[in-house]
Amino acid sequence: MKEQLERIKAEALQKIQASGTLDTLNEIRVAYLGKKGELTTVLKSMKDVAPEERPKVGQMVNDVRALIESSLEETKTILAKKAREEQLKAEVIDVTLPAKKSNVGHSHPNTIALEELERIFVGMGYEVVEGPEIEYDEYNFTKLNIPPNHPAKDEQDTFYINKDIVLRTQTSPVQARTMEKGKLPIRMISPGRVFRSDEVDATHSPSFHQVEGLVVDKNITFADLKGTLAEFARQLFGEDTKVKFRPHHFPFTEPSAEMDVSCFKCGGKGCRFCKGSGWIEILGCGMVHPHVYEMCGIDPEVYTGFAFGVGLERIALLKYEIDDMRLLYENDVRFLKQF
Amino acid sequence: MNTALSWIKAYVPDLDVTPQEYTDAMTLSGTKVEGYVCLDKNLEKIVTGQITKIERHPNADKLVVCQVDIGTETIQIVTGAPNVEVGQKIPVVLDGGRVAGGHDGGPMPEEGIAIKKGKLRGVESNGMMCSIEELGSSRDMYPDAPESGIYILPEDTPLGVDAVEVLGLRDAVFEYEITSNRVDCYSVIGIAREAAATFDKPFYPPVVTETGNDEDINDYLKVRVEDPELCPRYCARMVKNIKLAPSPQWMQRRLAASGIRPINNLVDITNYVMEEYGQPMHAFDYDLLAGHEIVVKCAKDGDVFQTLDGQDRQLDHTVLMINDGEKEVGIAGIMGGENSKITDDVKNMVFEAACFDGTNIRLSAKKIGLRTDASGKFEKGLDPNNAEEAINRACQLIEELGAGEVVGGMIDIYSKKTTEKRIPFDPAQVNKLLGTDIDEETMLSYFKKLDLGYDPETREVIAPTFRQDLERPCDIAEEVARFYGYDNIPTTLPSGEATMGGLPYKLRIENVAKEIAQFSGFSQSMTYSFESPKVFDKLLLPADSGLRQAVEISNPLGEDFSIMRTTPLNGMLTSLSTNYNRRNKNVRLYEMANIYLPKALPLTELPDERQQFVLGAYGDMDFFVMKGVVEEFFEKVGMKEKLHYDPQAGKSFLHPGRQANVVYHGTVIGYLGEIHPEVADNYKIGEKAYVAVLDMPSLIPFTTFDRKYEGIARFPAVTRDISMVVPKNIMVGQIEDMIQQRGGKILESYSLFDIYEGAQILAGFKSVAYSITFRAKDHTLEEKEVSDVMRKILHGLSGMGIKLRE
Repeated sequence: MKEQLERIKAEALQKIQASGTLDTLNEIRVAYLGKKGELTTVLKSMKDVAPEERPKVGQMVNDVRALIESSLEETKTILAKKAREEQLKAEVIDVTLPAKKSNVGHSHPNTIALEELERIFVGMGYEVVEGPEIEYDEYNFTKLNIPPNHPAKDEQDTFYINKDIVLRTQTSPVQARTMEKGKLPIRMISPGRVFRSDEVDATHSPSFHQVEGLVVDKNITFADLKGTLAEFARQLFGEDTKVKFRPHHFPFTEPSAEMDVSCFKCGGKGCRFCKGSGWIEILGCGMVHPHVYEMCGIDPEVYTGFAFGVGLERIALLKYEIDDMRLLYENDVRFLKQF
Repeated sequence: MNTALSWIKAYVPDLDVTPQEYTDAMTLSGTKVEGYVCLDKNLEKIVTGQITKIERHPNADKLVVCQVDIGTETIQIVTGAPNVEVGQKIPVVLDGGRVAGGHDGGPMPEEGIAIKKGKLRGVESNGMMCSIEELGSSRDMYPDAPESGIYILPEDTPLGVDAVEVLGLRDAVFEYEITSNRVDCYSVIGIAREAAATFDKPFYPPVVTETGNDEDINDYLKVRVEDPELCPRYCARMVKNIKLAPSPQWMQRRLAASGIRPINNLVDITNYVMEEYGQPMHAFDYDLLAGHEIVVKCAKDGDVFQTLDGQDRQLDHTVLMINDGEKEVGIAGIMGGENSKITDDVKNMVFEAACFDGTNIRLSAKKIGLRTDASGKFEKGLDPNNAEEAINRACQLIEELGAGEVVGGMIDIYSKKTTEKRIPFDPAQVNKLLGTDIDEETMLSYFKKLDLGYDPETREVIAPTFRQDLERPCDIAEEVARFYGYDNIPTTLPSGEATMGGLPYKLRIENVAKEIAQFSGFSQSMTYSFESPKVFDKLLLPADSGLRQAVEISNPLGEDFSIMRTTPLNGMLTSLSTNYNRRNKNVRLYEMANIYLPKALPLTELPDERQQFVLGAYGDMDFFVMKGVVEEFFEKVGMKEKLHYDPQAGKSFLHPGRQANVVYHGTVIGYLGEIHPEVADNYKIGEKAYVAVLDMPSLIPFTTFDRKYEGIARFPAVTRDISMVVPKNIMVGQIEDMIQQRGGKILESYSLFDIYEGAQILAGFKSVAYSITFRAKDHTLEEKEVSDVMRKILHGLSGMGIKLRE
């Protein structure tokens, strides 16, 4: 019996060694350890062994069993690993094959520029306010210190619905509407569509967008205006952006200014983009004219403030180097996909 | 406004700056320089010379060989110019020099033309004699230049000196952008005053001397102003024995540099004074004025008047006219008449320098359709006190140029005197507004430079009448800021109470709409708010459709842009069409579009502006994909109730069997559908196109960002599948309504898993299968609970003529 067990052990271990697959390994397990397996048969024949020999033989059987089991387990681990490796090898893909995209849509460049502006000013504590696009002449002009028959009305090439109602030529009427509500202090921006009767060409559109800004509080100074807009320019065009303020004239601000930023293409050295000057005109601004306060019921002796207006298309065209304004309103997806 | 720097320097002689320095400093002090042209650009090594000998060219009939004395030596130059003669003094460019352009006056090369010595048909030529075009100028600037050939210098020109200097070309012409409030700067004197203040140099305006003989103009002429409101001041002076001649070169060049063509001494003087003082002047032929009288009054309705350009102009009672004793002779401030214009035969003339009401001139010019240099100046509102100075300056020039004999005295009708304004000055207030710390003395020094007065007693700045823009302390603050330098004002951030910034609720919803659209593959489009009334027909809108009631623009850019849109469809379809036409595949676009619905026409109050969220697509798209995008949006904005789709949407522009109104909580909040094939044809879209239009103001009240966690179910669900034979006209929406209605509290969800029409189904019926899921929150459902509810549902369905399939 001992010899039989030795033979079984040697045979089994040799077969395990020689087995190449998990399936043969399983067959070996069944052949030796299964219900009808050789070792089980040996165990069953224990009754033929002398009683005093039984514990010893039993021990031997168990040892052989343990040995076969551990060998099986060991080999199984090795084979399983090998099989996994082969599977992985078989599953190699060409990672340069095309991606399967979900084809998300794109924002209009105007919107991207607007969201930038909103992010900057909302971060500085400004509220976003909207106003009507078809507007009373009174808000678009009179309350902004542009009385009837003022030449500025011609300059702005207004579209009229009738003598009292116009397509707003600027987002500035929202200033008057906000001030009239009388809730002070005010820090607001107002984006929106405006209209001027310019024929459509590469640099003109009869309909475009502006973002108006207004701050009204006690002790607001021209220095605050400069600081705020310089910060805005840095956030929009980069930390190294310089700004320059030039005197200008708007009926609803005094003093008034235009702001240039250092050319963000050449850094101010002068290039084709900034027409060699190193500067790019970005916005108009100024201290709110006291007469505007008076018409809106705010005491100019107590409150001061500043206002500014930015052309959204101008920012979008500059930032994304779009050379023809008409592209913004054609909505060709090959254009839109670039933003 | 264009002006030569040399003209400015005539009044600010100490000004010594490069054109770029001038540009930068003037722009920063508020007189914006748009650009400049250096008249000596590309002019190098050009000297004065004299032709001492001319010989025939041995090898060419059209060329001659000249010996030219250039002071230090005599050089040989071959030329083809037809006008050379011995003894002439001429500009000569030497070997290695450069000229601005070709002799034909064509476009000038950026780098000019280099001149080198060489042989012309075998004969050595060591330079070139120059035409005015080669010197970068024109016969407009130098009317004495020959039409073709070398420019001949005056006989007293020294030899061998800088010819560019001699010709007055060491100059630059500046173009200014003057803001509308600075009427005074539409004049050389005004700009010169600013330049003097900017560079802190003394300012010497022209000194106008007394002129005129010992006669009295009142013996020659009577002037009456019937409408002093429209003509606050009228000055007239008289010149006898006119001698027409070209004006002197210095005057011609200044005018030409300003873009004004020199004509003769009389015309040039009026133009010169208009540039110099910003005061338009007019000259009448005295002998053509009936009754030797001038009457300023408005025209009569229906009057027709021929202006001196030969055009007939229609007038009405608002147009101010200059009349003589019998008839109209000029449109005040705009243009004179054919019947009194100065001709070459003029003997005696009347100068007019007046001040007219700016608004009236602007409106008249618009009405007549005639805008002139003069009206452009008048409409800005001129200083009446400038008129007297200007007319006297003109008479001074008449005398200086010997153009005629000025009659003594001036007729001056000045009914309402404009006087200087007094503006309170408080340096502390100025500093408070600017955020600066500028001392009073410095501020006062700026005022002095600008010719502003100051009364220390009352602490008031006295603004002269030419500064009509100065009215209030904030205007004074701007003057301080300009000369202190905007750049020197500190930069700070507003102090004071912190404010909470943020987006209003509407914009937050809008942002969700954009996100969903973009995640679903739609790109954002933007289209114009105005369109053509023809779009109503393109969209097949019935004649009585309310959408045809649109706000009209009274002065549109053309019919195509004449009405404010009442539907966003045209914009979207036009964009889809553009893409289709350009062969872009699978296009998905969205727009946040405002429409404008008038409350009544004609408009008496602002229309209802409604923002609509518009989705449009063709290609890889169908009705249900579009519906899915819409529903994803509603879910994202917290609209959790069941949506209803009403196929009776009645949209003419949509496929009649593939359209629906979107109904939420009983309110129509939008519609979607397939574009009607005829409309698709109208827009030349050759594929099925789909749109969804959601009316934001209608749906926003149903939206919310509030969310509440409801727990994840712990008890098991029970699912029942039912397969039904349904009459074809019943929509699955009705089946769902029934399931929802009868499902009770334990109904969790239902989903359509099969719909079929065809061979195995009776004609007029379709097979529909639903999977219905029940679940209770607090216990495991018992069989009876489920079968009770199922019975109710099936009973309801059978009432609709629906049978369970065997």
